[in-house]
Amino acid sequence: MLNIRNLQAKIGEKQILNGIDLNVKAGEVHAIMGPNGSGKSTLASVLSGREEYEVTAGEIDFLGRNLLDWSPEERAREGIFLAFQYPVEIPGVSTINFMKTALNQIREHRGQAPLDAVAFLGLMKEKMKLVEIDQSLLSRSLNEGFSGGEKKRNEIFQMAMLEPKLAILDETDSGLDIDALRIVANGVNKLRNKNNATIVVTHYQRLLEYIVPDFVHVLYKGKIVKSGTKELALELEAKGYDWIKSETAVV
Amino acid sequence: MTIDQKQGNLQEALVAAATHSLVGNSKNETLIDFSLPSPKNENYRFLPISRQLEKNFTSEQLISTAPSSNHPTITSWLGHEAIVVSFQNGRLTQISNQPPKEEMLIVSLQEALEKHPEKVDPILGKLALPDPFTTINDAAAREGLFIWVSPGKVIQHPIHIIHSQEAIATGSSHTRLVVSLDPQSEITLLEEFQSTGSSPFFQTQVTEMECQSESKLNYVRIQNDSGRAYQVANTVIRQHDKSIVNACTITMDGEVIRNNFSIMVDGEFCESNFNGLYLLNKKTIADNHTIVDHQKPNSQSNELYKGIMNDQSRGIFNGKIFVRPHAQKTNAFQSNRNILLTDTATINTKPQLEIWADDVKCSHGCTSGQLDEEALFYLQSRGISKKAAQGMLLYAFASEVIKGVSHAGIQTHLDQLIQERLSHTL
Repeated sequence: MLNIRNLQAKIGEKQILNGIDLNVKAGEVHAIMGPNGSGKSTLASVLSGREEYEVTAGEIDFLGRNLLDWSPEERAREGIFLAFQYPVEIPGVSTINFMKTALNQIREHRGQAPLDAVAFLGLMKEKMKLVEIDQSLLSRSLNEGFSGGEKKRNEIFQMAMLEPKLAILDETDSGLDIDALRIVANGVNKLRNKNNATIVVTHYQRLLEYIVPDFVHVLYKGKIVKSGTKELALELEAKGYDWIKSETAVV
Repeated sequence: MTIDQKQGNLQEALVAAATHSLVGNSKNETLIDFSLPSPKNENYRFLPISRQLEKNFTSEQLISTAPSSNHPTITSWLGHEAIVVSFQNGRLTQISNQPPKEEMLIVSLQEALEKHPEKVDPILGKLALPDPFTTINDAAAREGLFIWVSPGKVIQHPIHIIHSQEAIATGSSHTRLVVSLDPQSEITLLEEFQSTGSSPFFQTQVTEMECQSESKLNYVRIQNDSGRAYQVANTVIRQHDKSIVNACTITMDGEVIRNNFSIMVDGEFCESNFNGLYLLNKKTIADNHTIVDHQKPNSQSNELYKGIMNDQSRGIFNGKIFVRPHAQKTNAFQSNRNILLTDTATINTKPQLEIWADDVKCSHGCTSGQLDEEALFYLQSRGISKKAAQGMLLYAFASEVIKGVSHAGIQTHLDQLIQERLSHTL
């Protein structure tokens, strides 16, 4: 599904990604771990098309096509979803209205007719249950005055509505208490199937107890320095990132 | 002709005009040293209106009412129940659906001065604040409207005042509006300014409104002049105990639009909500100068002015809040937010708070900038096109201003105006 080769990227004059190789197949969950400043969020941003980041080398192939040619909205319409680390507050735009516009623009892109109000509401009710989110929250201005947990649940609600092929969860566990974490992870797990894939970007192993990855990659200084299975995450939790740092230094 | 000569001519013309003034000759002394405001006048520092008036009009054209060809009957988009008043090129041509006289008077100012001087005299010329354009209007206004609502009467149907300019020749119109709300009365008043034709025209209106105790005034002004309007609207509202004012001013087109909007809070436990929205393009200049003057304790004012400037348009905002020494327990809030869509659009904004009482809550804030890039990216990342995302953000920004408009039909119309303007903006 996703094939990243020698990806290098910078913001301003600062080089952050130094040659990333990653291969994600349908049905898989990949965890990207690493210490602060290693480039985890940059990778998520580059995949979703954030303009501040300049790709200086490498390729990203998504379902056989060049992802880097596409604007952020085209990527979303083709099935990429980024759950934001810091969801943006937008006064005056309700989640419902926003999702209706987004969903219908995606449907238009796919050559489907727009959903009418009844069908949209039905779909929304179904997806609300998945993340245990209340309709009154969705009628309010997008994320405005939401708690950390409500914002992250809203992200997963949006993901459920848009049914992406590739979901990228950027530090979705940050700022969540254990109950919110469980709800968010449950939502993600229910959305998993053999046709979609998930990339979980996280600093801590905690989230991976709930969303169990097939592969774990350790990012350090803009490169994947180690890959393994879920046991690698446990090892990192036990030993900390210093172990990776010293090992890399030796190499 | 030099500027000085022009100003001299204008002064002479005003002195001559003032002999037929509706407001009376009492203010003739202000004409002795009359001149249009220079850029040194702090109140007109950012507004090149005098220069433009001198360039585009003769003294005669600045004072005399422009000719118009016909006076068609006007209907209101508010439906057949609305009370409709029409001014065409500054002439009062229609008042329809008048309610019974014991509930409400809605008559020409001349008629009111003749038949009800006891109602008009305490307000006309008494509330307006010193300003060069009020001086012009004092001398030159020949027509106007007087509205009085009897005590305890809530007028259900909105009053729609439509000012149409048919600018077939360069000229002007000067009108006067006096509103007197007796205790516990309520009206919804909508004033709309529109124009056709390509000749420049100059328009002043001085509005004086007295809100007696526990009365409620809902006031909306739409300035949507497609023509070459140079407009100055001076409005003063005086509030007495427990009265409520909800005002909203929408400014879109015209060459130069200046609003001096002032609320004198001369009572306790009053509520003053006044909002403004300016959606500007081309070279339109819109200047909103507002004053809320808290003279008595225990009142509350909320002010929200927002602007979106496109092309080479220019927005100007100046918001003064006065809290007098006696006006303890005043709550006064002011906010001015602006979005500039191009590098050539500008905004000058200045909040001015003068607070002499110590037990008050006052706040003000102003922002100017582009659309929030982070918010745009968030919307795009969900599949929404950049253009649609910009539209959503601008609409959300602008529509906040009209949330407080209580009349559903008016609010819907304003909402459509905003959507239509934004769809042409992007």
